[in-house]
Amino acid sequence: MIKQPWHWSVAGILIGLTVPTLLLIGNKKFGISSALRHFCAMCIPANIPFFMYDWRKELWNIFFVIGILLGGILASKFLTNPNAIVVAESTKLSLAKFGITDFSKLMPVQIFSFENIFTLKGLVFFIVGGFLVGFGTRYAGGCTSGHAIMGISNLQIPSLIATCCFMIGGFFSANILLPLLFNLF
Amino acid sequence: MMITPSSIWKNLRYLGVGIVFGIVFVKAEIISWFRIQEMFRLQSFFMYGVIGTAILVGMLSIWLIKRFKLKSLSGEVIEIEDKKFNKGQIYGGLIFGIGWAITGACPGPLFAQIGSGFLVVFLTFLSALAGTWVYGYFKDKLPH
Repeated sequence: MIKQPWHWSVAGILIGLTVPTLLLIGNKKFGISSALRHFCAMCIPANIPFFMYDWRKELWNIFFVIGILLGGILASKFLTNPNAIVVAESTKLSLAKFGITDFSKLMPVQIFSFENIFTLKGLVFFIVGGFLVGFGTRYAGGCTSGHAIMGISNLQIPSLIATCCFMIGGFFSANILLPLLFNLF
Repeated sequence: MMITPSSIWKNLRYLGVGIVFGIVFVKAEIISWFRIQEMFRLQSFFMYGVIGTAILVGMLSIWLIKRFKLKSLSGEVIEIEDKKFNKGQIYGGLIFGIGWAITGACPGPLFAQIGSGFLVVFLTFLSALAGTWVYGYFKDKLPH
């Protein structure tokens, strides 16, 4: 049972409970993308005002994301689902048109593998994709955790607007941009 | 502020919350690039169920915390600042959304993907750091 994939409601409840847990154990506001800023402030502040603050005060956030990394290690070492991931048939059909046919792992190995690093595919999926995530979340002032979950839970209109824009960007990217990009490979 | 053994000790609890969180990410397969494609192609309810439930639970919790004026463990009054609107939420939001569908990851799952053995995602992480840094560099020149 514990090795089977968990139901969305279980995941949703546990993720939602992170909000009060962080507030109650230390008055911390749930948010993950800020950790990227703290890493910049820690390693490469370069006298940029945006990174000139005491990141040590935000140490909790860095501990939190390192915990996420460790959680990933633990879950994949001890709680791995022995079966292949179940993906919607319609998604499989659409992805097959782009040459994504391997559904054995959580991530498509035809994209996320080391042999793609120096290819155009690698440039798009790792470098460009990652850059957009880092740039966009900071520009928006938060990501799915800070805006969609924490912000909307606290009835913040700016967070609702940001979340709608995340979704619009994602719909555009998955349905229009990615099909065009897959044609390049 | 200095990093001392006591500040590390105090912060360990967040490591614990992070570990649980990371396990949920992997076990509910939220870190999967396929789940994100399903979501943005409207071909599965799964991610909507996860995010919707998380928002409902978060909303109820914050309401309870405010209603009963709960304090944190150290006795601080829990106050959550309001977010101010600026155009960055629109432009940045659209940009992040595009990246989310490409990488199949928001910043949280990025860490869990690396942890669950997709080491190549470390490159995505470095690139996300670069994106954050470039935003910081050009912040004042960007429309907000």
